[in-house]
Amino acid sequence: MSESPVLESRDVTVSYGGRRPVHAVRGVSIRVERGETVALVGESGCGKSSLARAVVGMERIGSGTVLFDGEPVPPLGLRTRKNTGIQMVFQDPNTSLNPRRRVGDQIEDGIAAATARGLAGSSAGDWLERVGLPAASVSRYPHEFSGGQKQRIAIARAIAARPRLLVADEPISALDASTQSSVAALMKDLTRELGAGMLFISHDLAVVRRFADRTLVMLAGEIVESGETARLWAEPQHPYTRALLAAIPEPDGSGRIPASPSAEERRSWL
Amino acid sequence: MTSSILTPARARRRRIGAQWRAPLGIVGAVVALAWILVACTAPLWVPYDPVAQGLPRLQPPGPEAILGTDSVGRDVFSRLMAGAGVTIPLALLLVGCSVVLGTLVGAIAGYAGRWVDETLMRITDLVMAFPTVILAMVIAASLGPSLFNAVIAAIVVSWPQYARVSRSIVLSLRGQNYVIASRLLGYSPARSLWTDILPNVAGPILVLASLDIGTAILLLSGLSFLGLGAQPPTAEWGSMISGAMENFDAWWIGVFPGLAILTVVMAFNFIGDTLRDAFDPLARAQSIAANTGETA
Repeated sequence: MSESPVLESRDVTVSYGGRRPVHAVRGVSIRVERGETVALVGESGCGKSSLARAVVGMERIGSGTVLFDGEPVPPLGLRTRKNTGIQMVFQDPNTSLNPRRRVGDQIEDGIAAATARGLAGSSAGDWLERVGLPAASVSRYPHEFSGGQKQRIAIARAIAARPRLLVADEPISALDASTQSSVAALMKDLTRELGAGMLFISHDLAVVRRFADRTLVMLAGEIVESGETARLWAEPQHPYTRALLAAIPEPDGSGRIPASPSAEERRSWL
Repeated sequence: MTSSILTPARARRRRIGAQWRAPLGIVGAVVALAWILVACTAPLWVPYDPVAQGLPRLQPPGPEAILGTDSVGRDVFSRLMAGAGVTIPLALLLVGCSVVLGTLVGAIAGYAGRWVDETLMRITDLVMAFPTVILAMVIAASLGPSLFNAVIAAIVVSWPQYARVSRSIVLSLRGQNYVIASRLLGYSPARSLWTDILPNVAGPILVLASLDIGTAILLLSGLSFLGLGAQPPTAEWGSMISGAMENFDAWWIGVFPGLAILTVVMAFNFIGDTLRDAFDPLARAQSIAANTGETA
């Protein structure tokens, strides 16, 4: 049991209905070990958010299995108070917090989720300090904070539940460049402290490179390349990975704009 | 530090403040409060027992009975004042029950989705497909004429509008990240509905309810007028007007209850309009444009 990865998906497919269904995720198998940060990168529309939603039980899985600690993940509609080992951080910090409730109360929800599973309690103020906000902010409302601060509060709420898996769906893409890496580093530190696994979804390879242990590259609903982040960075195998890496702007002042891949190139990758 | 920030709540309070200075809202509130005061205290100070028949019949307004007497010798003024205590509380009760029922049905439909939504909303459509007053008459008649049954009939016809509004708001909010986050933190559907969604439903529903009080009073008096609500000798405005039909020469029997209904309904409608404008700047802009003949 202790040997099983915290998250394992086998041949997961996600389709969106209609007369001509869209196959957003086509048979994806991933593993996230305890204490490991796995980055999932890819362009918009490649199915990475659908995969994240499937992993937390928000999306119905077409086929395949998602195992959390060796057990199937129950759909979101059947969640109970005992069943809070997966937490999520969302892309848009403005909609992640209930605008009508004090941030302290919302972090208390996370703490309550941890204590309901028999884990140690904690205080909302401590969590706020842990994410770099004054403990006195507990009695404030979300609109009194900036986007980056809201995201820190959302992270504090998710981590206060002491999850074994944190799924982060583009948690930094709505933040400005100066806060992106500090928020990403904070998430990495907190999950490592808990010994939790993290599935970090991003389209920004430059951020991912710095702290993901492994990186998965997703294209058109499939994982096209995966491996140690350093290895992947040094010697990308798949042409799409190479194109992604080439698209990272270099701070050389020459103003190089990365070219978008052509349609023929795309076809050859699939 | 926070005092300079115009929070949504503070901005709304400021807007309501500006609106309450609008004359119609004030007039409505004063008249409605006066009638509610009458409704609460009338039995303590009316000159005659509203159902006693001791006075000379069909007396025009005069020193003995300031609004005259009806065809069986009851004091119209006492009946009018006592009538406020019948119609207004029942109208408030009926709106309250419709709000609770409709909001719950709409919230459950919107939150559960799929077949629950389909079933509840088709029932809602079914009720809304009938003309309100006629459906209420049919229900009241089949339950048997009594004030209680009239209230039941009125609730049956008036909850669907709240269900519609509440469902649409719940639908727009249930996919919000903070609702999903609560579910991931172990909230039950009922608890996330209660803490995350219903507080946002309250504002629009209250506006709708305040606009509906006038309609409820009209509906109850109307059913009583038709003999389907309050039964003699209860002092109820609709049945007082109905009693006036026998004696058109004795104008005072019907005119004063009619004026009472008119003033109460208008007062509540003014309050409702003011609240709606305060909560919904778009509707206010449109109503201003409509009143001044400009295009919005």
